[in-house]
Amino acid sequence: MLSSADPRGEHTFPQLIARNARVRPARTAFRHKDLGIWQSWTWAEVHDAVRAYAVGLHALGLRRGGKVAIVGYNRPRLYWTMAAAQWLGAVPVPVYADSVAEEMAYVLAHAEVTHAVAQDQEQVDKLLSVSERVPTLKHILYDEPRGLRDYDHSRLHPIDEVIDEGRKRLADGPEAADLLARELEATQPADLAIILYTSGTTGRPKGVMLTYENVLRAAEIGCAFDKLNESDEIIAYLPIAWVGDHIFSYAQAIVAGLCVNCPESPDTVVEDRREIGTTYAFAPPRVFENMLTLTMVRMEDAGALKRRMFKFFIDHANKVGEKILNRERGVSLWDRLLWRLGDLLVYGPLKNRFGLTRIKVGYTAGEAIGPEIFKFYRSIGVNLKQLYGQTEASVYVTMQPDGEIRADTVGRPAPQVEIRIDENGEVLYRSPGVFLGYYKDPEKTAETKTPDGFVRSGDAGFFDQTGHLRIIDRAKDVGRLRDGSLFPPKYVENKLKFYPNIKEAVAFGDGREYVACFINIDLVAVGNWAERHGVTYGSYQELAGHPLVYDMIEKHVDEVNRSLASEPRMGGAQIKRFLILHKELDADDGELTRTQKVRRGFIAERYAPLIKALYDGSTEADISTEVTFEDGRKGVIAARVKIRDMKTYPVEAPALEMAA
Amino acid sequence: MRAPDTPILAKGDVLLAVENVSLSFGGVKALTDVSFDIRKGEIRAIIGPNGAGKTSMLNCINGFYHPTEGRITFKGATRRRMRPYEAARGGIARTFQNVALFKGMTTLDNIMAGRSLKMRRGFFWQALRQGPALQEEVEHRRVVEDIIDFLEIQAIRKVPVGKLPYGLQKRVELGRALAMEPELLLLDEPMAGMNLEEKEDMSRFILDVNQQFGTTIALIEHDMGVVMDLSDRVVVLEYGRKIADGKPEEIKRDQRVIDAYLGVAH
Repeated sequence: MLSSADPRGEHTFPQLIARNARVRPARTAFRHKDLGIWQSWTWAEVHDAVRAYAVGLHALGLRRGGKVAIVGYNRPRLYWTMAAAQWLGAVPVPVYADSVAEEMAYVLAHAEVTHAVAQDQEQVDKLLSVSERVPTLKHILYDEPRGLRDYDHSRLHPIDEVIDEGRKRLADGPEAADLLARELEATQPADLAIILYTSGTTGRPKGVMLTYENVLRAAEIGCAFDKLNESDEIIAYLPIAWVGDHIFSYAQAIVAGLCVNCPESPDTVVEDRREIGTTYAFAPPRVFENMLTLTMVRMEDAGALKRRMFKFFIDHANKVGEKILNRERGVSLWDRLLWRLGDLLVYGPLKNRFGLTRIKVGYTAGEAIGPEIFKFYRSIGVNLKQLYGQTEASVYVTMQPDGEIRADTVGRPAPQVEIRIDENGEVLYRSPGVFLGYYKDPEKTAETKTPDGFVRSGDAGFFDQTGHLRIIDRAKDVGRLRDGSLFPPKYVENKLKFYPNIKEAVAFGDGREYVACFINIDLVAVGNWAERHGVTYGSYQELAGHPLVYDMIEKHVDEVNRSLASEPRMGGAQIKRFLILHKELDADDGELTRTQKVRRGFIAERYAPLIKALYDGSTEADISTEVTFEDGRKGVIAARVKIRDMKTYPVEAPALEMAA
Repeated sequence: MRAPDTPILAKGDVLLAVENVSLSFGGVKALTDVSFDIRKGEIRAIIGPNGAGKTSMLNCINGFYHPTEGRITFKGATRRRMRPYEAARGGIARTFQNVALFKGMTTLDNIMAGRSLKMRRGFFWQALRQGPALQEEVEHRRVVEDIIDFLEIQAIRKVPVGKLPYGLQKRVELGRALAMEPELLLLDEPMAGMNLEEKEDMSRFILDVNQQFGTTIALIEHDMGVVMDLSDRVVVLEYGRKIADGKPEEIKRDQRVIDAYLGVAH
């Protein structure tokens, strides 16, 4: 591992790319599947391209301190853009590719970007449509020329042309090379490396400023913790504007010299991952949930023999798989042999399907994963771990060391991270990765960062007896019922979401008599179920309101209540009443964030009549909501939603106070 | 595969001319004295109420039907009885109102089938997949991959088309027609049975095909919004006769068209 205290002073990513080109010039640095074939670039080629690109950007007027917006899916040239900009001391500002024009305009204007780099025509169109509101924006670059031929090219440039221009200047004389050498030297570890806008569950996105030292130290910690090296392969498919992707697919890839694989399209990720056989994976729980849901749905369609085999071995894996992975004692030889057989017949092919055969370690983060989902992957032999991190920390806050992995904790403090819990249960941390501040928002920065350098995470949690951190929920979301028992909404929701039929759940209860809940059915899973049971329906709304669907969901809720009752802390949070929403919660309607987290407050406001009905004893309620279609037009959906009452179970032990 | 004597046309020249074409099946007159032209590089819409003779017109253009009267001139050459394969060789490709794909074959193979006219090696070599035939297949595959990328159907490359939703099948069919690298592309209701989002995607692809490859497109479509947005010129048929021809904005104001669509009291 290279330390940032290295006297040779490779403290920026362009410098590390130069090192990689020197140390491992012929190793593959990037792959991108294009036209059905994996195209690849070695570190030497990447170094060469980034140098030329930096010169080209300089020629287009990019200077130290300038901001470059990067919009698109994961493409090698977009990652090179970050490196080329950083070479000049400019600051990359990745933007979520699926953000609507409104959001994009805000971020671009707030960051005062002078250059923007887009993946394709769709993104260029979006940039052009907001360019009036971003007066600082001078040039737009693009990766894929398709559909852009007839555009006015006075301020529009293909990335390849910019790189070629740079190459020409480098060939013409020593000035360009001198410029590169000068700029590379001028960047200091404490300089601003990148601004990442957080999607923000509330209010406007905030620009988190990270320095080279922040990002580099975080990447080094991660590489050392999981022993990553140049032989590792990862697939880059998460939004480039997300800190996770920035650390994993950019920073760690450059630090360890590993290979970053960019999928052909967002829909082919699973297939592409299978072809590459990645050794390291990072995904929000949703991705693992979706893979599992899809598998379960497909198994329902399989023949009787396969279905029975699957069930038998999955049950067996549930029993002993995790113990085998953790190398625990007390698993009989017979059980081990049976697991091996299961690996041959079921787990192996499953892992192959998921593209997880060669996986060394996989991480899930972003939000809590359902313990059952977590356990499923571990029991079939995938070393899935949880980590707890934030953009403000350059990801790492806590991690799970090998052999100490449990579904209900997020692990121990990561190396060089200090954690303390304040009196109301909020987790605070301090580490080398802690951010500089929010861009142009000292007020928010002061609210979040304490004078002694700790960051308020906004999450409530506690350390258990084993020294592991348990996160219950957002600190401001954890509430109490009127009788004083603890109500952590997300904890309840995650239990519900384990069922493939339930896509999303929103629980209410703070300051109320009891817990009540909105449920969103999963159209794929429930639609499949409906087909098999001969339930006919004409629309999502009709399916969601179907009595048989209600019966099925009621069974799930009942199981959740039973499980909550068995946990002394959570027993009070059993669900008394629930309803199934008539429409899917959607980021376009502002109900979810771009990273697909529910925006509780907004939903509570929007569906106020339904919440009222949940608590006033009525058996149904009317609701009409405005929806936004993909093309930005608006419409109204109205429905009458039924409400069901649930049985609750006696709690097994008296409720305890939350540990501080 | 342009015949050596056919002229190379510039954008805006008449690519295909339909002159006084009539078509009857026994006593039923499907088309009566229809004349219009399609110019190189344009998107030409053929619209009309049900049974107006739109599909019959397309069938005449690609040689599936032979007009009882009148003539059709394509790239300056008039053929009284052109057969569909001659039309295909001459550079006319089409998609169908009801998707006509090989359901058991994958997306890739279906589009590859569109290249068969361009394959030079004989059946024997192709079956062996050796030597020059292999090299030729690689070249064709490259073209097909370009199309797959263009239509954004990478994720279904290896999926049998029978398993695909309707909207995607339509897209694959367009891909197969594009694989012929046609000069004139005939689209018979490319958006029938699609939801709004699928329609938007398809419109985008049609415009892109037209702009990027310069392909001339004649399309039949019922969604007036789509027709007015996409096409450069529109010809309107009713009961087998042409009742209007012109730019979309002119067609929208044309009283006979409004009557044909909304119906008038007789």
